[in-house]
Amino acid sequence: MNVTSINARLMQGNQACAEGAIYAGARFYAGYPITPSTEIAEVLAERLPQVGGKFIQMEDEIASMAAIVGASLTGAKSMTATSGPGFSLKQENLGYAVLSEVPCVVVNVQRLGPSTGGPTAPSQGDIMQARWGTHGDHPIIAVSPSSVQECFELTVKAFNLSERFRIPVLMMLDEVIGHMRERIVIPAPGELDIFERKTPEVAPSQYVPYEPQDDSLVPPMANFGEGYRYHVTGLLHDDTGFPSNSPAVMGAHQDRLHEKIRRGLNEIIMVEEAETEDADVLLVAFGCMARSAARAVKEARAKGQKVGMLRLITIWPFPEEALRQLAEKVKAIIVPEMNLGQVVDVVKSAVEGKVPVYGICQADGEIIPPERILEKIEEVL
Amino acid sequence: MRDSWEIRLGGSGGQGLITGGIILAEAAILEGKQAVQSQSYGPESRGGSSKAEVIISKESIDYMKVRAADLLLVMSPEAAKKYVDDVKEEGIIILDSTYVKDCEPKKGKVYKVDISRIARQDVGREVVANIVALGVIVGLTGVVSREALEKAILARVPKGTEEMNKKALAAGFQAIKSAVSAA
Amino acid sequence: MFAEIEQYFRTERLPHIWCPGCTNGIIVKSIVEAIQKAGLDQDKTVIVSGIGCSSRATGYLNFNTLHTTHGRALAFATGVKLANPELNVFVITGDGDCTSIGGNHFIHSARRNMDLNVILFNNNIYGMTGGQYSPMSPSGAKATTAPYGNIERPFDICNLAIASGATYVARGNSFNTRQLTDIIYNGIANKGFSFVEAIASCPVYYGRKNKLGNAADMLKWQRDNCITKEAADRLPPEKKQGKIVTGILHHEPAPEYTTEYQKIIDKFQGGEES
Repeated sequence: MNVTSINARLMQGNQACAEGAIYAGARFYAGYPITPSTEIAEVLAERLPQVGGKFIQMEDEIASMAAIVGASLTGAKSMTATSGPGFSLKQENLGYAVLSEVPCVVVNVQRLGPSTGGPTAPSQGDIMQARWGTHGDHPIIAVSPSSVQECFELTVKAFNLSERFRIPVLMMLDEVIGHMRERIVIPAPGELDIFERKTPEVAPSQYVPYEPQDDSLVPPMANFGEGYRYHVTGLLHDDTGFPSNSPAVMGAHQDRLHEKIRRGLNEIIMVEEAETEDADVLLVAFGCMARSAARAVKEARAKGQKVGMLRLITIWPFPEEALRQLAEKVKAIIVPEMNLGQVVDVVKSAVEGKVPVYGICQADGEIIPPERILEKIEEVL
Repeated sequence: MRDSWEIRLGGSGGQGLITGGIILAEAAILEGKQAVQSQSYGPESRGGSSKAEVIISKESIDYMKVRAADLLLVMSPEAAKKYVDDVKEEGIIILDSTYVKDCEPKKGKVYKVDISRIARQDVGREVVANIVALGVIVGLTGVVSREALEKAILARVPKGTEEMNKKALAAGFQAIKSAVSAA
Repeated sequence: MFAEIEQYFRTERLPHIWCPGCTNGIIVKSIVEAIQKAGLDQDKTVIVSGIGCSSRATGYLNFNTLHTTHGRALAFATGVKLANPELNVFVITGDGDCTSIGGNHFIHSARRNMDLNVILFNNNIYGMTGGQYSPMSPSGAKATTAPYGNIERPFDICNLAIASGATYVARGNSFNTRQLTDIIYNGIANKGFSFVEAIASCPVYYGRKNKLGNAADMLKWQRDNCITKEAADRLPPEKKQGKIVTGILHHEPAPEYTTEYQKIIDKFQGGEES
């Protein structure tokens, strides 16, 4: 037996997410119990002290988000996890983390909403909230895994992106992926890249906390308690970190927040194409729906229909370029998603009328089965 | 063995079917196969209806839900009513005849085994009915090897209950052998 | 005078934004003096604040400072302290910030007993937004949102802190700064959740709305209406009517959160099996 097969085991998606966090170097978790994400907290309550990390169950979702930002400022890679109602409450301090550029990972195991909705019912209904949930213009990174293996590996990647770009990264799971168990091969230590945040190379007296040092526009970040006394605020500020209400300063701050992400798109955007070479119909899917779509592609191909899939691993920023290129080749696009039309509208706007775009939208707490996608393929062909 | 099995286990909460599904999936992985296990929760963790699904395949598995089952096990009358039609024409249906009576499925090959009674009377505790059921399933289909199944069971059950669970497994294998030869 | 504590200020950020007659600056000075007296390492001290007039203090203080969201300072501070218990963590908050929008964080932080030093600047009003009533505005007080007088009853926030499990609770005012510095200093020595209510005056909004005179009159009011706990303990109940008791009101040490958590790490670190 080789090393990888020794490490193969059955694992739940939520657990893989928690184990991925440990692998990435996460050493702080604050959270509040909520279905269907609670297993992530339960696993980390047990696992974090084993690696010298800290777990705390906070008094509410708002406090959990606040605590991980505080912890991250001391240098600890930090995470929280939640679901719909909790994700709504996190938005306040999520915006704080974006503006003050504090790395952290927020997992949302999506369930059916709005409000209390369907606590154990899967959904993909928080995609637009992930983009625009907190107030004001802001960039965000959101990724969505489709397998238990990917729950692990994408969590590692989420931490890397967060530390690299100093921005919260949202891990958009869904109840199906979070709760299902499947085979996973735990990567050996060192097998996956781990990114450590850039810290200042200058002396404390020379440190300008928000002054970029290179074209990435991502400034080095000093940990609290290491001699670099600086100010962190949720107010728009200049490179020194102190607030300003000068339109020039406030505008420049906002622009840099967006521009640093735009410059990093090559690292941030992740998609996977399957059978797109000669496809007439393109399925665009993510999360658990990508599994249903993959089956539909297989069965459609078996019938001789030319169908391919673009799987979105990164959802925000939206992979517009990949989609535009495929839109040049295909005759129709179908977007099956477990909401009443969120990604489908972004797809429409990205392809700008070049090809017809159809949604298969359903928000009843069931995954959309391959049969419904196959019916739609028949219809559009 | 065939390349792929879609298995559905239905019954009441507390019958250990989700654990049963997990053990079956773990056994498949021990053999180097692919497996996906998913479940639906009733609001009640005990007494409500419960469903576990397992797909075992030599190939990688895309869609994770069971569509029409290759094998259905039902251990309660409610589950029988709910799932008995979602079986492939040539599928297998195992009824726990301790609880499921008056059920005549229209399709599939049906085996009636007194699973819960065997657990209670022959093994000594009804709580191991899920393990008896796994013995029945694997004895009938060979979906995983008996060795892998036993290993997966022993890794999962509480310390001190190993012997009882082995006995339950053996009882399951024996019961299906008798049922097949009687048929 | 200022030279002795100048190192704790970002002098280039001064003058501050507070109105003439506001006593926030006096309270900040007491905090800094207590830090100096305790000999805390400036590089290992973090000051966290919420939103409001007093919370702007962090911008002027020469430490690692964290100016957070409204009401959430304690939750951010909890993350800072638990992630790195070596750090001395202070929280500056106001009556609206701490007792209204941040009320839940307040009682749970007190209950948890993490080693945080919390100084609540109580000016009885929302100043930053222009004079609305807070959960600590007295009954009958006027505010822009209580034009006919406040019909709500205020918190006795020190009693709430004690009831919630705070291990050190004290009250001071901006008139008697020696006492204020002392009670903050004693709070630093308490390993656990230390809470100090510092009575502040806001002549511009609270004072003007309630016809309390000028800044000096409001300080005199503090002088004349506060009595120390020692003095109060000697007085008959009728003489204590309407007086505000200052000093150390409660000190009852209990196991501290980060110390207890470290015990878990020491016991389970290196354990592999999940």
